Amino acid sequence: MNSKKIVYPYIPNSEPQVQNEMLQEIGANSINELFSDIPEKLLLHKKMNLPKPFLSEYELKRHIESILSKNSTCKENISFLGAGCWQHYVPAVVDEVIHRSEFLTAYAGEPYEDHGRFQAGFEYASMMGDMLEMDVVSIPTYDWSQAASTSLRMSCRITGRNEVIVSKTINPNRLLVIKNYCNPNVNVVMLDFDSKTGLVDINDLEKKISNKTAGVYVENPSYLGSIESNGAKLSEIIHKAGALFLVGVDPSSLGVLTPPINYGADIVCGDLQPLGIHMNYGGGVAGFIATRDEKEFVSEYPSRLFGIAPTENSEWGFGDVMWERTSFANRESSKEFVGTAAALWGIAAGVYLAVMGPEGMQELGKGIIQRSLYAQKEIRKIKGVKLPLFQSANYSEFVVDFNNSGKAIKEINKALLKKGIFGGKDLSKDFPQFGQSALYCVTEIHTKEDIDKLVFALKEVF
Amino acid sequence: MGMNMKTKLRNYHAVCWDEPIIYELDRNGERAILVPEVDKKITESVGDGISSIPKSMRRKNVPQLPALSQPQVLRHFLHLSQENLGVDLNIDIGQGTCTMKYSPKINEQFANSEKITEMHPYQDESTSQGLLEIMYKTEQLFKEISGLDRFSLHPGGGAHGIYTISSIIQAYHKSCGEEGKRNEIITTIFSHPADAAAPRVKGYKTIIIYPDENGCPDIEAFKKVVSEHTAALLITNPEDTGIYNSKIAEFTKIVHNFGGLCGYDQANANGLLGITRAKEANFDLSFFNLHKTFSSPHGCGGPGSGIVGVTNKLAKFLPVPVVDYDKKNNKYFLDYDRPDSIGKVKDFYGVIPVILRAYAWIMSLGTEGLREVSNVAILNNNYTMKKILELRGVSMAFPEHKHRIEQVRYSWEKLSKETGITTEDIQRRIFDFGTHYWTSHEPWLIPEPFTIEPSESYSKDDIDEFIAILGQIVKEAYEDPKKLKNAPYKSSVHHIDHEVFDDPSKWAITWRAYKKKYNGYFQPK
Repeated sequence: MNSKKIVYPYIPNSEPQVQNEMLQEIGANSINELFSDIPEKLLLHKKMNLPKPFLSEYELKRHIESILSKNSTCKENISFLGAGCWQHYVPAVVDEVIHRSEFLTAYAGEPYEDHGRFQAGFEYASMMGDMLEMDVVSIPTYDWSQAASTSLRMSCRITGRNEVIVSKTINPNRLLVIKNYCNPNVNVVMLDFDSKTGLVDINDLEKKISNKTAGVYVENPSYLGSIESNGAKLSEIIHKAGALFLVGVDPSSLGVLTPPINYGADIVCGDLQPLGIHMNYGGGVAGFIATRDEKEFVSEYPSRLFGIAPTENSEWGFGDVMWERTSFANRESSKEFVGTAAALWGIAAGVYLAVMGPEGMQELGKGIIQRSLYAQKEIRKIKGVKLPLFQSANYSEFVVDFNNSGKAIKEINKALLKKGIFGGKDLSKDFPQFGQSALYCVTEIHTKEDIDKLVFALKEVF
Repeated sequence: MGMNMKTKLRNYHAVCWDEPIIYELDRNGERAILVPEVDKKITESVGDGISSIPKSMRRKNVPQLPALSQPQVLRHFLHLSQENLGVDLNIDIGQGTCTMKYSPKINEQFANSEKITEMHPYQDESTSQGLLEIMYKTEQLFKEISGLDRFSLHPGGGAHGIYTISSIIQAYHKSCGEEGKRNEIITTIFSHPADAAAPRVKGYKTIIIYPDENGCPDIEAFKKVVSEHTAALLITNPEDTGIYNSKIAEFTKIVHNFGGLCGYDQANANGLLGITRAKEANFDLSFFNLHKTFSSPHGCGGPGSGIVGVTNKLAKFLPVPVVDYDKKNNKYFLDYDRPDSIGKVKDFYGVIPVILRAYAWIMSLGTEGLREVSNVAILNNNYTMKKILELRGVSMAFPEHKHRIEQVRYSWEKLSKETGITTEDIQRRIFDFGTHYWTSHEPWLIPEPFTIEPSESYSKDDIDEFIAILGQIVKEAYEDPKKLKNAPYKSSVHHIDHEVFDDPSKWAITWRAYKKKYNGYFQPK
């Protein structure tokens, strides 16, 4: 049995007889002869030492499932975690579509034989465009952080300046990505926030903005949950300085919050994950970038942009707009770089928006705000808890200040975990000025009972 | 006996639904899903929610999304799905450099398990031990596959891997006090375009080496440009020609002598598993595409993963966090305490479903299986090459390299001269036979190019069928070239007017832009 060669189910030509036939056809004696270009001294003169494989599909299934069973999910518990990855309901139709082999296993075909993915990409961009009221939306990039970083670089190219201003209330992990992406030739200046409202400190913006500023990046709602209400004022200051206004948004909020273009945003970016993509331990993120339909903006996108065009038979056809921008076409003289990123998540977001429709997106946003307000109201009643931290409105997320409880967030979350609850994200490291505070997230998946259970558990913890 | 696809080609026709744009299907008032209602007691307690939003921030116009019922939405997107050629449906050997291979369905089951999809990245580590274990073990597998010492699973694709490598290179030279001085990265024209593009984001000047007359990067030209300004060499091997650069160890040695680093773009790794590694050629950094060599499906262009490996001396620069294992307490954990880290390149920890599929795929094959993958990829490629070169009018670049690793860049130069048919004409015609091929990355150093990569997933019969299709097209090129010029005939759509895509007054990237610019089906306003 041992001497018999394994015929691997995923490798049709692993069967020895066919290998011999093919070698004969080639005129070679062995497969080794075919890679004789590789010098002897570079060959691995031993076998790799990988673990023993699970050759049968059943054994593999047992192995993987036994590891995965060690996880305890947000479905098996009640989770109030957000902070850049949010638990929303994923309609069954979304999964049905993106699990189709035709979408799942396609790649880089042309608009003729991959017509469907071009149309799906165009429709995704169109529906996002309607949520954002913007005419140009990119095919997805890796995530929101990449989208924000590219937006900042785009603002530098458009204005010919090399300093950007970034609000301190953005996601701190995003700031790490931005800083690395801007290093070394774009200077990142940090913008303070008003400690009372949690909103951008307008005086600080006026102090820091100058004729060197290419773009100002703000998130709305902010990482800490506040809805930025001074958009128009910010826009006025930013545009007066000849800079661009860049806004990052959670697209699930756009059924009820006004699109940033209405308060003067020039480039809008964000993450598609809330739109029908499972959390996947943070692996389900995908970034979008949107602008007005102006050549000076369109020509600065690094990503692919799908356009619609006529065919000779009066069908809808598609193709790449301004292909020459991309690193596929122009290598070292391109705009940044492009490659495989997150296209399928874009299709998922398109299906999601089509499923939700205009009313669904409004109801979603409204319901999230109501549930979040209810959670805030009930948590506020707990002794030793301070809320709100800021005098501003919130969308789904809000900060809970536990400093008066005498307990660390770590302890509180451990105690909640014992009751099957994932407490809010600990902010004590990223925002030490708030001491023991946590960022809670409530979405449409939370019922009144879930929220009541949290409040009850918190009361018990103290 | 079944049909013989070598002697009688399929009478294929692509699915053609002539599908409207989803907005054209809009039926105002229809619903495809109902959103969970808010508990009455919540509404009684907090009101309608909307009034809590500052007035200036409330949305005034209803989003102009289409409204459809659920069966309509599903039918629309299934029509679109059918108008694609995925690996699961065709002999996908024509998309060279893309390593189109079978993605086992069992791995889809794993990736779609709630034990991964419903996990939040900030859950307490005690509740995510399963995923942390997969991540940790995946890193251990890749250490063995590459010979490198430490990996980051974060990058979201190959180009992103190259960008991450560039960031680490910069951090390293900065730590040596040479950041300003080391301002050049050298790559080759047959490496992926992102090798030339991504380092520029990090402020590097990229220097491109062209091949010598033997098709390998010109080592003499290389010696002239490498200097104390060289931050690194970023190179693919085998290059997109399928030729293994046998002088690679000399290249890395020269760069090291000048104090530079060597980064290995392993997008073309499918023919090298267990045969040669980054370590043996003295590379300091490397990345692998998990959506190519390691079988995760390409998803129309992602989600992908371009995990980055480094030697010990560069490990401290990797993005935060890395996954570690506490042996004493038998616990996997995320390590953020890395003061020299470049910071982050991506949200959270990497593209987890892709990483899980790659782990499962490697664990289904093991040491012998991975080697068999490469053996068969090489065998298939050389067999395909033999057959393609028997066709009229075709040649391959640098024919003195008699054998190739996992792909070959061919040329229709002769056929083109004799018939006027271009590689793009052939590309459009091949769609009529239920498969596709890709020309090549630009610039086209090799005239009228096409690149074929028959990975281990294709049988001898599959390859023979593909060759028979090419044979038929070659015949047509010589006998009825007009037929090729007007192709495709059996595709989902016909000739597309590409002119609109470069004209700002004509392009439309969204439906709203189309409506603004056109008055119905492409009648300008």
